[in-house]
Amino acid sequence: MTGLPRNLYEQQRINRRTTVLVMILFTLLVALLGYGFDLIILDSVIPVGTVAAVGLGIGTSFWSLSGGTRAVLVSSGAQPIIAGNPAHQQLRNVTEEMAIASGLPVPQLHVIPDPDPNAFATGQDPGHSHIAVTQGLLERLNREELQGVIAHEMAHIRNYDIRLMTVVAALIGAVLLISELGARSLYLGGARRRSSKEGASPLLLVGWIVGLILAPFVSRILAMAVSRQREYLADASAAELTRNPGALASALEKIDAAVEPTRSIKKGSAHLCIADPLARPINAREGLFANLLATHPPVLKRIALLKAMAYQ
Amino acid sequence: MGRIFLIIIHHQYEDDMTIFWIFVGLVVLAVFWAVAQYNRLIALRNQVENGWKQIDIQLKRRHDLIPNLVNTVKGYMEFEQDTLEKVIKARNAAVSATGVADSAEKENVLTGALSRLFALSENYPNLKANENVRQLQEELSSTENKVGFARQFYNDLATRFNIIQQQFPGNIIAGLFRFTQAELFEIKEAAERSVPTVDLSLKK
Repeated sequence: MTGLPRNLYEQQRINRRTTVLVMILFTLLVALLGYGFDLIILDSVIPVGTVAAVGLGIGTSFWSLSGGTRAVLVSSGAQPIIAGNPAHQQLRNVTEEMAIASGLPVPQLHVIPDPDPNAFATGQDPGHSHIAVTQGLLERLNREELQGVIAHEMAHIRNYDIRLMTVVAALIGAVLLISELGARSLYLGGARRRSSKEGASPLLLVGWIVGLILAPFVSRILAMAVSRQREYLADASAAELTRNPGALASALEKIDAAVEPTRSIKKGSAHLCIADPLARPINAREGLFANLLATHPPVLKRIALLKAMAYQ
Repeated sequence: MGRIFLIIIHHQYEDDMTIFWIFVGLVVLAVFWAVAQYNRLIALRNQVENGWKQIDIQLKRRHDLIPNLVNTVKGYMEFEQDTLEKVIKARNAAVSATGVADSAEKENVLTGALSRLFALSENYPNLKANENVRQLQEELSSTENKVGFARQFYNDLATRFNIIQQQFPGNIIAGLFRFTQAELFEIKEAAERSVPTVDLSLKK
C-alpha cells in the first residue's frame, strides 16, 4: 500500500483485494466483540454472542457493498440535481465531458446544500456511481476548475476507489453503532454480575473494554491508511483526462482557502472527499504519524505536483 | 505443460513420439496465442469504431446548435454580419465533410470562426446579459469540449490499436487477417494542440 501503483489495472486489482480484506477484518473485529460478550456477560457454554456477531459482521459487510452508497449520500444530505438550473446544468455538462474523456458511463449527480467547497464520489462500480458536490463548490469554482474536480472524482470511479471507500465508510458507521451498543450492554451486564457471587476475570473485562474503546480507532486507522496514495493517483489521472492540471491546482487552492469545515459531511465519510471536510491540521503534514492518521495528503504538495505537470 | 513434462519422463523409451508430442504441443500453443491476439485486435477495432461514432454524435450536436445560436445573437450583433456568415459557412462545410482528415480540417475552421464570434461578443453588454445566449454558450462550450475529449479518447484507442498491429508479433496476425491502421484525428493548429479544451463561456 506504499508508493504509487504502476498503472490503472494494478490499482483496480489492489482496490478489489483491499475491499475484501477490509470486509474480513471487520467481520473478525465484530466476532471478537461477540466473543467477549459471551465470555463476560452471558457466561454460557453455547457461544450465542459469537455466532450472532459473525452473522451480523458478514451481513453488514455485504450490505455495505450495495447499501453503503445510499447511506453515504443520505447522511451527507445530498440532493439530486435540478433540471433547468443553470449551475446544475453546467455541472452535468462538465461531468458528461469527463465521462467521454474517460470512456465511462455518466455518474448520477447530487448537490449538497453546504457553503464550504467540497466533493466526493461513491458507488459500487463505474456502472453504479455517484458524484456529489457542495453548493459552495459550484459557487466558487469556474468552469475549468469544476472540470478538474470532476475529473479527479471520475478517476476515483475508474480506479474502483469508490467501492473500497464506500465499504469503509459504511463499516465505520457500523463499528461506531456496535461499540456503543456493546458499551451499554456491558454497563447493564456489569450491574447484574455484581449481584452474583463470582465476579468475571478482571483481566478479561479490562481487555474487552479496551477492545470496545479501540474498535472505532482501529477502523478509522484502516480507513485513513488506504486513502492517501489514492489522492495523488486521482490527481494525476485527472490531469491526464483534462490535460489541464493547472485548473485542478487552482481549484484545490480555492478549496484549501475555505477554512470552514464542511459540516454536512460526517466524520465517517471524510476519506471520500477531495479535501478533508474537517479541516484538520494533521492533513497538512507528512511523516510516519501523519501517514497513519491523516485521510488526505497535504494540499500544498498536491498543488505543487499538479503545477509541475502543467509546466512540462 | 503437464503433457510435455510426462513426455520428458518417457524420453528414453519413446524418442520419436516425444518429438512428435512436443511439436503438437507447440502448435496448440501457437493456435491459442493466435486466437487470443486476433480476438484482442477485433475488440480494439470495435472500440475504435465506437470511439469514432462518439465524435460523430458530438459533432452533429454542435452542428445543430449553431444555427440556433446565430439566430439568437443576430439581432444584437448587426455590425458583425461578416463574422456570422463565416460561422454559418464553416458550419455547412463541416456538415458535408467526408472522412477523418477532411472532417478534422473543417471542424478546426469552424472552431476558429466560433472563437472569433465569442471574442467579439465580449463587446456587446446586452448580449452578455441575455440568459438565453448564456445557456446557448454553455451548451456550445460543452459540446466543443465533448468533441475535444471524444477525439482524445478516440486517438488514444486508435494509437493502441495501431501499435499492436505494428509491433512484433502482433503484426503477423494483423497482416494475416488484413487489419488496417486506424486514422488519427490530427489537430493542425499548434495553439489547439497545447490546450484541447475550449472555454467559450463569458468571463465571470
